Amino acid sequence: MKGHRLVIFGGTSTIAGEVARLAARDGSRILLIGRRPGRLQHAAGDLLARGAASAHWLVADLADVSSHAAVVAEAQSTLQDFDTALFSYGTLTVNDRAELLVDYALSEITTNFTSMVSLLTLLAPHFEHRKAGCVTVISSVAGERGRRSNYVYGSAKGGLSTFLQGYRARLFHSGVRVLTVKPGPVESTMTARVPHNRLFTPAAPVAQRIYRQMTRGSRDVVYAPAYWKFVMFGVRGVPEWLAKRLSF
Amino acid sequence: MKNGSPSLAERKLLNQDTYQSWGRYPRARPSCVSKPAWADEVSGTLLKPERSLAYGLGRSYGDVCLNDRGHLVDTSGLDRIICFDAGAGRVQCESGVSFRDLLDVIVPRGWFVPVTPGTKFVTVGGAIANDVHGKNHHGAGTFGCHVETIELLRSDGQVLQCSREQNSSLFSATIGGLGLTGIILSAEFRLRRISSALIEVEGIPFHGLSDFLALAKECDHAGFEYTVAWADCQARTLRGIFFRGNHLPEGPLDKPLSGRHGATVPFPLPAFVLNPLTIQCLNTAYFWTNASRKGISRVYLDSFFYPLDSVRRWNFLYGKRGFLQYQCVVPEENASALEHILRRTAERHEGSFLTVIKRFGSQKSPALLSFPRPGITLALDFPFCGEPTLQVFDTFDRIVVDAGGALYPAKDARMGPDVFRASYPSMDQFCHHLDPKLSSNFWRRVSPS
Repeated sequence: MKGHRLVIFGGTSTIAGEVARLAARDGSRILLIGRRPGRLQHAAGDLLARGAASAHWLVADLADVSSHAAVVAEAQSTLQDFDTALFSYGTLTVNDRAELLVDYALSEITTNFTSMVSLLTLLAPHFEHRKAGCVTVISSVAGERGRRSNYVYGSAKGGLSTFLQGYRARLFHSGVRVLTVKPGPVESTMTARVPHNRLFTPAAPVAQRIYRQMTRGSRDVVYAPAYWKFVMFGVRGVPEWLAKRLSF
Repeated sequence: MKNGSPSLAERKLLNQDTYQSWGRYPRARPSCVSKPAWADEVSGTLLKPERSLAYGLGRSYGDVCLNDRGHLVDTSGLDRIICFDAGAGRVQCESGVSFRDLLDVIVPRGWFVPVTPGTKFVTVGGAIANDVHGKNHHGAGTFGCHVETIELLRSDGQVLQCSREQNSSLFSATIGGLGLTGIILSAEFRLRRISSALIEVEGIPFHGLSDFLALAKECDHAGFEYTVAWADCQARTLRGIFFRGNHLPEGPLDKPLSGRHGATVPFPLPAFVLNPLTIQCLNTAYFWTNASRKGISRVYLDSFFYPLDSVRRWNFLYGKRGFLQYQCVVPEENASALEHILRRTAERHEGSFLTVIKRFGSQKSPALLSFPRPGITLALDFPFCGEPTLQVFDTFDRIVVDAGGALYPAKDARMGPDVFRASYPSMDQFCHHLDPKLSSNFWRRVSPS
């Protein structure tokens, strides 16, 4: 069969947009789920023009956990027997704000972690039933170590990465792959408001790496770009007594 | 990610080669740049106090795409093809979609852009704002002739649908409007059906302007879809190669597989590389290679329409100071004016490598400020050598204006307000549609106030 049946949770994210274009070129069937109908419509039209066998979109606020059962059901009816799911939604937490406002901190944790737990749990039977496929989730290198400057976002992503380790073991016996992606900072809509430094990478190469791993690879965890694996090895190695004195 | 370090866009700004025009003269430095990823983000960027201007891929030669000390809206993130109707040959896309991306999508499915300039690294928005023309002007008119609707964002936040029926006067002002009537968010236009990605092309040597005119008239009437001539203006008498081509009625639609990657000019070459002698050698070599090649050949459309695209950043050949293009059009009965210009060019031994002559047709563009009009157009390019170059261009201006001709804003970096007014009599009408928060270097130079 040509292409994949791909559901993207967070269909207007920059990285997802690039991954979707690669999938479209392979003639995939794609469903974009996101909040903004105008953007989804443009993005879906673009995927169709670029070779997608079909491109649908569904409006949903994924931070609203109560809508998830309906969203999963809708995804199943639109794209029957989809084999690939990509989780690419998220918000970049303003840590200073989260330090002061409890509600804000909790809503950020909901968006970046617990809402994904909800969706992934609802999706598990679908994949266990079909006994094949790939669930790709974009986590972050930020989840590998709590840091002074973004520990709220980091803890959500850290929780997500840990959840995925167990989730992977659960689906492994059904023949389903779970791919955790840990990108470094990427030039995207999510990071548009923060000043960019040399660590930032464009979305296109990150997406290429994700798509290659998602469709042909066999890894469980992938860093994008690859050098982040070594950077994070170093960062994880910093002893706690030293790390607490650093403000990075 | 500390606050206070420059953002990526700001860092790019510090690098002086970003957000310049293709001729690299004049140099400009915007005070800020926004790069919206979605059409709904554009209106927010226009709230800045500075005057704004949309910037696509920076392929206009002069300063219509520059906004010194102003705000630039980089539209390259608005690159989505919203709807491609492969049955009817219509496409609706965001304004930052490049012709290259578009061709990759439409050519394999049997369609081609209705009109294309000499590079595919232009955006749809730029093609509309400059009302670009191509080798098929005598039959198809300008790009603007094929545009059906434009979605235009005004700085007051209004999004207007403009077409021949709706907001028609704003539609006419926006086509060829140099980006000054609003930011084009998306557009819909018709495509041309093709049955092959190959072009059947024939090069015919000619000597003298009258020879060219006779050839051009004959071929335009004989149904050749694409005609253009390259000229060697340094030869004692004008000589050149007249190219005429048609889409092959049948053939493959795929890109030819080739492992070849085009060359890239790595940095602005020293100014002496392109000197009168090397230009003369190149011109002579080009003339004789083409003149000795008899008969019809079949080439892939990229090498027919976009030969220069195979050398990335060929503008760097002209060195640090950049170069100027001079493109004018004069009515056919005053074609002798072009002979004056060519003679002056030859006398100066300064040389132009990319001399192009084309006969425009009588198709009327909806644009208020459309450059192409019935007559003969001539495009020359000169390395920028400061005041002497500008003086020569001033003498050319007088010749063109006296002959009842016009200059092309997309290639201009120095014409005065009087020449612009003489070239575009409908300028006052156009001014009613200006968006007060948009401006460009070009407009500040030629506008009446």
